[in-house]
Amino acid sequence: MALSRQSVLTVDGLDALIGKLRERGYRVIGPSVRDHAIVYDDIGDVADLPRGWTDEQDAGQYRLRRRDDDALFGYVVGPQSWKKYLHPPHVALWRARRTGKDVRIEPAPEPTERLALLGVRSCELHAIAIQDRVLLSGAHVDPGYRARREAAFIVAVNCGVTGGTCFCVSMRTGPKVDAGADIALTEIVTAGERVFVLETGSDKGAALLADLPHRWASAAEIAEAKAVVARAAAAMGRDLAADDVPELLLRNLEHPRWDDVAQRCLTCGNCTMVCPTCFCTTVEDTSSLDGTETARTQRWDSCFTMDFSYIHGGSVRTSSRSRYRQWMTHKLATWHQQFGTSGCVGCGRCITWCPVGIDITEEVRAIRAGSRAEGDRHGD
Amino acid sequence: MLPRVARVRRRRRDGPQVWTLDIETGETDTATLPGQFNMLTAFGIGEVPISLSGLGESSAASQRLLHTVRAVGPVSAALARLGPGDALGLRGPFGVGWPMAAAAGRDVVIVAGGLGLAPLRPALHHLLADRGRYGNVTLLYGTRSPDDILFRRELEAWRRRLDIDIEVTVDHARSGWHGHVGVVTTLVAHASFDPQNAIALVCGPEVMMRFTINALRDAGLTDDTIYLSVERNMKCAVGLCGHCQYGPTLVCRDGPVMRYDRVRGLLALKEI
Repeated sequence: MALSRQSVLTVDGLDALIGKLRERGYRVIGPSVRDHAIVYDDIGDVADLPRGWTDEQDAGQYRLRRRDDDALFGYVVGPQSWKKYLHPPHVALWRARRTGKDVRIEPAPEPTERLALLGVRSCELHAIAIQDRVLLSGAHVDPGYRARREAAFIVAVNCGVTGGTCFCVSMRTGPKVDAGADIALTEIVTAGERVFVLETGSDKGAALLADLPHRWASAAEIAEAKAVVARAAAAMGRDLAADDVPELLLRNLEHPRWDDVAQRCLTCGNCTMVCPTCFCTTVEDTSSLDGTETARTQRWDSCFTMDFSYIHGGSVRTSSRSRYRQWMTHKLATWHQQFGTSGCVGCGRCITWCPVGIDITEEVRAIRAGSRAEGDRHGD
Repeated sequence: MLPRVARVRRRRRDGPQVWTLDIETGETDTATLPGQFNMLTAFGIGEVPISLSGLGESSAASQRLLHTVRAVGPVSAALARLGPGDALGLRGPFGVGWPMAAAAGRDVVIVAGGLGLAPLRPALHHLLADRGRYGNVTLLYGTRSPDDILFRRELEAWRRRLDIDIEVTVDHARSGWHGHVGVVTTLVAHASFDPQNAIALVCGPEVMMRFTINALRDAGLTDDTIYLSVERNMKCAVGLCGHCQYGPTLVCRDGPVMRYDRVRGLLALKEI
């Protein structure tokens, strides 16, 4: 991100930022505490943010805990990602009405809502960039995603803490915001006061900043903002050494570890729902009782279901072994061939929200340990 | 993702539970390639990918496309019930078709299993319409029983021609059948083609394609001259929904027709 001169916002300044976005017609979405988790929801002002909360995460575990300060962004990421808003779980595609033998199809209106996403982490910016690659860069684009994406205003937040399941450093996707945000904030304490060091990454961001009460950041504040992120990076406990992973997995499609993980995997699909890049969808047709009206809806799908690979006669992937292998090899290996990027950003959600605590970084390590030799790709 | 409203003009039974729909697309200028498919919607039921099985008698007002459907699920059964004048939704055509340009000047061996003949039929029409461009043309076709033979009258008409070899085999038959009995792979060894200058087009159940490819390789064809049509679940047909993944490929975008040397490792794997 082309760095602007850094400024400082107070908590009141952040409140003004939310207010100005709303004045400009944005629906502001940001972190909020609900059902014992930090989720992304509508934000009216700073009072809606998770002040003083943090999240404790480990494989299969997530707990909110009180911090001993009033940090507004003192947590990592929750069960939801921004795809809930940019690539929503349900999207109406069209309706058809039949009169006699005549059928008329009406497309669903394109979304007009302008979203401001507040509190987007670096890994999540990378996830959004990956969904852009998948849904916008091919021969066909998803028009609804494009409309929501182009209208969106992004306020990113640099991570000041590291979650128990984070591994963005090894994926080179964080924790420092490097691209894709209109505004990036770093929460620090200076002279006993909680403030936000702010950089802008776009003209839109700079224009908004001009409307906010702010001052230039001091050298000490800039240094502290840098140190906060460096501490988060240094504290990261997990890693997925990524460079040779695509080749490693494709060479080991019959590795015994797939049977091992199949003994644990419940094929519940949680990992695909919480993953910020998983993009798969299916369609459902519903019709009125008299059959004259039909509507088609797109909804999230998961490669862990049997239906996902169904062709006449049965599913292609009936075993949990094959479905876990499909998910993980897609995410870490074949995604590169399909879209020119990894499908993983190291956010750790699939580890945290797996009910049996399967850890993708651990599975890669286990496959590496019993790997077939290089150049010995299966089936060649 | 928005289908257009198309209309069935004619419906012909082509086998047990198999129907060929002659569909007026309402468009005039959509080019189709042999081996491509359309997404067909039975309104209120759902949408499925169906390969083109031929071109109908297009007029200046509208293009006509043939689709051959076996009624095996709710959507295909609903499509198979449509009669003349009935509306259906149509999106397409999608996908990479058979390598007709690469076939020029070479012997062409076509191996079809069951309903796999349907997506190969436009390729046969293409070859026969411009017969001089190609070497020997051979069709090897296997079905379960004589009753399952698709496009029977057309096959019989082709068989009267002297410029195409056609062999049909069935898995099992009663005494009234005087043709071959056995799997289609057994026909490959007797087919007349020059393996140094031939191309093979294969479509059928995956297991049939695996064994057919073995037979073609035994006969001397190299992996880069064998093409197959891969089947996977499809929802969007435009590379956005993730359903049709086949290893690193998306079948809707990179297929359905794929060159064997590019998917060799995948075809040997189960549940991929």
